[in-house]
Amino acid sequence: MNMIASRYRINIRKDECVLCKRCVRECSFGAINFNSEKNTITLTHSKCVDCQRCAALCPREAIFITRNQNTYANNHLYTANTLNEIYRQSATGGVLLSSMGSGIGSVHIYFDHLLLNASQVTNPSIDPLREPMETITFLGRRPRHIERGKDGKLVDNLPPHIELSTPILFSAMSYGAISLNVHKALAKAALRLGTYYNCGEGGLHESLYEYATNTIVQVASGRFGVHERYLNSAAAIEIKIGQGAKPGIGGHLTGTKIIGDVSATRMVPEGIDAISPAPHHDIYSIEDLRQLVLSLKEATSYTKPVIVKVAAVHNIAPIASGIARSGADIIAIDGFRGGTGAAPMRIRDNVGLPIELAIAAVDQRLREEKIRNEISIIAGGGIRNSTDVVKAIALGADAVAIGSAALCALGCHICASCHTGNCAWGIATQRPELTNRLDPEEGADSLVNLVSAWTREIKEIMGGMGINSIEALRGNRLALRAVGLHEKELEILGVKYGGE
Amino acid sequence: MKKEGEVRIPSGCAICGIFSRDGSPVNGGTIAKSIALMHNRSNGLGGGFAGYGIYPAYKDYYALHIFYDNLKAREETERFLDSHFDIINLSKIPTKQVESITDAPLIWRYFVSPLVHKIQDSQLEENEYTARCMIRINNSIDGAYVFSCGKNMGVFKAVGYPEDVAEFYRLEDYEGYAWTAHGRYPTNTPGWWGGAHPFALLDLSVVHNGEISSYDANRRAVEMYDYTCNLLTDTEVITYILDYLIRKEGLTLEESANVIAAPFWSTIAMKDQEEATRLAYLRKMYSSFLITGPFSILVGFTGGMMALNDRLKLRSLVVAEKGETTYFSSEEAAIRAIEPDLDRVWSPAGGKPVIVRLNKEAIV
Repeated sequence: MNMIASRYRINIRKDECVLCKRCVRECSFGAINFNSEKNTITLTHSKCVDCQRCAALCPREAIFITRNQNTYANNHLYTANTLNEIYRQSATGGVLLSSMGSGIGSVHIYFDHLLLNASQVTNPSIDPLREPMETITFLGRRPRHIERGKDGKLVDNLPPHIELSTPILFSAMSYGAISLNVHKALAKAALRLGTYYNCGEGGLHESLYEYATNTIVQVASGRFGVHERYLNSAAAIEIKIGQGAKPGIGGHLTGTKIIGDVSATRMVPEGIDAISPAPHHDIYSIEDLRQLVLSLKEATSYTKPVIVKVAAVHNIAPIASGIARSGADIIAIDGFRGGTGAAPMRIRDNVGLPIELAIAAVDQRLREEKIRNEISIIAGGGIRNSTDVVKAIALGADAVAIGSAALCALGCHICASCHTGNCAWGIATQRPELTNRLDPEEGADSLVNLVSAWTREIKEIMGGMGINSIEALRGNRLALRAVGLHEKELEILGVKYGGE
Repeated sequence: MKKEGEVRIPSGCAICGIFSRDGSPVNGGTIAKSIALMHNRSNGLGGGFAGYGIYPAYKDYYALHIFYDNLKAREETERFLDSHFDIINLSKIPTKQVESITDAPLIWRYFVSPLVHKIQDSQLEENEYTARCMIRINNSIDGAYVFSCGKNMGVFKAVGYPEDVAEFYRLEDYEGYAWTAHGRYPTNTPGWWGGAHPFALLDLSVVHNGEISSYDANRRAVEMYDYTCNLLTDTEVITYILDYLIRKEGLTLEESANVIAAPFWSTIAMKDQEEATRLAYLRKMYSSFLITGPFSILVGFTGGMMALNDRLKLRSLVVAEKGETTYFSSEEAAIRAIEPDLDRVWSPAGGKPVIVRLNKEAIV
């Protein structure tokens, strides 16, 4: 007996199928097989995750995936998903696992309730094809006041900054969670775009050291792959306290993935599970954070900005304020919808805050404390397109980080099966036959296209508003109006309602 | 309809200025004649002037110009002034009945000097003490609005066309070494006198033509440094930014111009190493004070004047010279109206400040 009805149905149009067996080779989840005795394709619908690999690769476009039309009794409280989760847990006794960001519909996507402004009559819009339109973004700490030398000239007392040609970075994703080819594609794209990728907590593969100028290295609770050369082979260092998909939760890369280069890069013996503790065991309080920030600066001779990444949780405003005073140069905030290679589903879907509320709360709090100009903010977690970028910056972020959207450029269809290690697109897997599916050069092309397209759109939008430099958009909340939100939400977001 | 300050009101405008580098007196009627020519750039919903060197007999005292909605506001304000300043002289500002100027508030002028022991208690220097007192009156006394508080200078403004405002305030009775003027074309306004321009803090006054697109980024940034933007106008926020950069941060006028109308990165890249470093430093350090969108401003201060356009030069601004006098205006015709025979006329490039100061030997 199978209590759990399949979520999807694989449909192959018999009249169009030429039995080339491409789908059989492409399906890494074992849902499509070939019966050589009967010379037919056999389908195991229950194994299908709707990753769309077979449909995309079928030369005849003969395959389409549908939801299973078999329906459970209609009930708002006990939906099919709710029931299936109970069946799965009662069958296994396990914690429900999932991956990517939370896609639950009951929490507002605030970006979709914010509308942008444009110039009409009283001031001119600016055509980005005719006039300079600046998206260059600097991230780092600013001193409180200027200094002058004895000759009266200004002294450059700015600590090191990182310079981005466009206010978009690639989020931290570790080698282990994703394949080396994905890292290579991200690194190449970051170099070509003039921005940064982030190697995540799995260390930095030997072949990636040449991209140091565009690399952010991460120091997470497991300290995997952290050594002096690692720290010094980056443009900036990120201390990862938490991530939006699983605030308060550590990580677990199973020993089966700790093989070969992953093992060497992480500095973890082959076959041994790599456990990232939930907290940093040398950071139990904010004053401990300061010690780590300064230790990392000492190790790199104060030549690189230090980022502290936290998940957006209820207390995010005071937490950010504490980070701003810890000596860190940049705060990275990862919202509720931020992706992951594996997380307990209940945590992913129920813990934290949407990034829009977090940016607004943090930006406002740091202004009230008069320290907003001293530190930069990177916002991530559910940034899907150029308007999300513009809205995030208008709410108060300096720049945004994209993870899931970048993976989509590489083929990801958000099937949320990363934790199985069977990614058919060769992204979230270490199986060589799958990772080979992704060509780093082609992947870099797609990433460059995506970010370039967004940048073009950002320039168009800025020009429409009569703004010709990205810093004039930062925290410029009058550029936004809300629709479909209630008064408390407007107050927290600091925006007016449409028509006001 | 919401009062100015409860809602942001963009305006188009006309501006002009006269600066006499040798300090020779210019009659207030002259600037009125100049701005009057640009009648069509205003719509009768705001006009105003700032004169420098107009109170030589009281040049060591702060000259406060205050609007009162009612007697109660005046009494409350005077009680506050009494406990914080020595009031040397007080009077109504002389005005003349002009048919088109209506709904005038009570308009009073005070020459004051901060109480020494109060300054000591506050641990502030004189200017900061006075600025904070004025901001406190504007924020906390209902119906009172200080619209001018510098030394040996004064702002005169009202709802109306600028030439009518000049007549109303009898500007021909004043003489000074520098004047700025403003005619306003707000896109909607409840017609509040305080909302007219120039906007001034201490001796710094700003007249502005434009609508800046960076407004809320600038406002939220400057409000971090103990400024409160009550009027929600561009001119107010520009004044506070300049006050912050110049008076509090110690930047020069040129450096301040490099911040608010910063050169493009592509322009900075073409400069020599030292200049590129300096300009990049100012942009990075004060990125929240970059002002985008169209503006042309005239900044008046003791002993000088600065004209500045946005970096794309999206608003007209003309400068002219005749002998020791420098003229500024939105339109050249307004300069020619008062001085047809000019030595030199030019349009300054976007983002390039034009700064004039009194000659060393000038007596004002």
